[in-house]
Amino acid sequence: MYTYTEFDDAFVRERVAQFRGQVERRIDGSLTEDEFRPLRLMNGLYLQLHAYMLRVAIPYGTLNGAQMRQLAYIAERWDRGYGHFTTRQNIQYNWPKLSDVPDMLSALADVGMHAIQTSGNTIRNVTADHFAGAAADEIEDPRPVAELLRQWSTDHPEFQFLPRKFKIAITGSPNDRAVTRAHDIGLRMVRNDAGEPGFEVIVGGGLGRTPMIGKTVRDFLPKADLLPYVEAILSVYNTLGRRDNKYKARIKITVHETGIEAIREMVEARFAELRPEFTGADQEVLAGIEAQFAAPEWAKVSAAPFEAAYTNDPLFRSFADTNLAAHRNPDYAIVSVSLKAHGATPGDATADQMRTLADLAERYGHDELRISHEQNVILPHVPKGHLPAVHAALKAAGLATANIGLASDIIACPGMDYCALATARSIPIAQEIATRVDELKLEHDIGALKIKISGCINACGHHHVGHIGILGLDRAGVENYQITLGGDGTETASIGERAGPGFSADEIVPAIERLITGYLDLRNSPDETFLAAYRRLGAEPFKAILYPQEKEKARAA
Amino acid sequence: MSRRFTPKVVTANDLIEGDVVYLSSNDVWVRELHRAELIDDEAHADLRLLHAQGQPGIVVGAYLADAKAGPNGPEPVHFRETFRATGPSNYAHGKQEVSPHRA
Ligand code: SF4
Repeated sequence: MYTYTEFDDAFVRERVAQFRGQVERRIDGSLTEDEFRPLRLMNGLYLQLHAYMLRVAIPYGTLNGAQMRQLAYIAERWDRGYGHFTTRQNIQYNWPKLSDVPDMLSALADVGMHAIQTSGNTIRNVTADHFAGAAADEIEDPRPVAELLRQWSTDHPEFQFLPRKFKIAITGSPNDRAVTRAHDIGLRMVRNDAGEPGFEVIVGGGLGRTPMIGKTVRDFLPKADLLPYVEAILSVYNTLGRRDNKYKARIKITVHETGIEAIREMVEARFAELRPEFTGADQEVLAGIEAQFAAPEWAKVSAAPFEAAYTNDPLFRSFADTNLAAHRNPDYAIVSVSLKAHGATPGDATADQMRTLADLAERYGHDELRISHEQNVILPHVPKGHLPAVHAALKAAGLATANIGLASDIIACPGMDYCALATARSIPIAQEIATRVDELKLEHDIGALKIKISGCINACGHHHVGHIGILGLDRAGVENYQITLGGDGTETASIGERAGPGFSADEIVPAIERLITGYLDLRNSPDETFLAAYRRLGAEPFKAILYPQEKEKARAA
Repeated sequence: MSRRFTPKVVTANDLIEGDVVYLSSNDVWVRELHRAELIDDEAHADLRLLHAQGQPGIVVGAYLADAKAGPNGPEPVHFRETFRATGPSNYAHGKQEVSPHRA
């Protein structure tokens, strides 16, 4: 497996030692909080509502068994026995003591991990599809290109002072699982008419206060042109981007204000200038990275146990139908392990569960694990013949919930149960919806449905791209939940539209229930998903379900 | 005319544990809102806040939060302070689980 070397071991150890000294000086009073705050933030340590929170990076969401086991150890030794996997593909510890954090960082460094946060108006983490290197629909593993982009952009002198932070997402599959249309630059691998792999290049997407779907600036970009092209985009953004207003500085505003045609012209012109400067050194580096990301040596395992369990064990069958995805090797499957047991906190895993996952990865899965932005854990490479054993172990650990992609597989940001920025809670809403959906026993009938919840306008819960999005707000000192409908984070991306007035904390779960049961009557066949029905029918019938009183009033008038 | 002053408590996070604390009338940082000093007077509130901010070795981010008198002492006014006072609501942990050093 590739060992990610953003920071080498010596550098990380040095940073831990420095931070240990800083913590000591904060505690003994020689550093004020104002002096200390930026130092702890750089080391991933936040002060939240009820406690400190340590955010640990998981680059490309990729980790191995030893790393997962260490995350379990840290949770038990210094936290409260669990960790929270977030929509940013990292893990957060919600209860560290300030004085313990240097030891936690040191334990992370022992397995090549860290909590160092890149900050400033630079190119931030490049994110990739969580099925990368495993998916059947994948053209190529996007992680080597992601890693090339990261190496190239780090310390690139021209891009240390961009108008604002800058995020790139990449997928190697035409089916977009990396939400590339909600990033500053999104790269989606496609083939041209000649069958050659290249990228659709998307610019100007983003969520948050001003959500925008990225626009295609180039339909097909040959792989070898990637760096000069991305550099051209950044250079245009560097020139046009607004530095006068933080809220207008992201490239999404630049694209929106300038227009995609004008942006395209400028990018293409700049690209024509830059292209000759790239004479192939970047492609050599890429080849080196690709070699390190080479796929594991596939094992030959008889699929007979799978067939038998599939026929005889209804629980296994349901799990297999819901939580498996097609692997590039037909003898394998990708297993998505749901961290969304009905009624549990989305994304939380106990230390025991983490150890089970580490064991399973080592024993059956080529020692690979992934964290998805949907807050689930992936075993990307499991031979089909091992699936019954994997399922049995997951079941024993409370990890076999068969709900991937269904109504209870809800993304929820920490919200006001933990986050200091929150305007309302999001986790309990997710818990109540999932519990209710389970009581109704309808979710397999409902089918693909993405419900996403954020506890404030920062949109960490990606509510804008939920088929049903929920945004928690503070309306005159009371929690209020706004519903958006029709959002989509895939290759057919769209921003959800506000359905109407918000709901109180007591009303929101019944409102969601009305919506999903009402949809069953609206769809034209069991194959028509919620999103497809919404797109066919428009918002009106869904609004009528959500606000039955309004309809009554209209009729009375 | 100045806005009418509404009662306050001084609250912050503990420097080491990070958990929510309140300033009591006898200058002890307590974990329970109902044991906090409820302050009715604006000038006194400012003094108490200054006193809290002068203890950077004990607490972080001291501020005045609205509170109201209840039968057992101060009670929160805004829901954010309710959650700060009781801990996460997704399941009983944090404050509800242990209070390592009840003052
Ligand atoms: S969306 Fe808001 S409440 Fe939720 S985690 Fe992000 S900042 Fe916190």
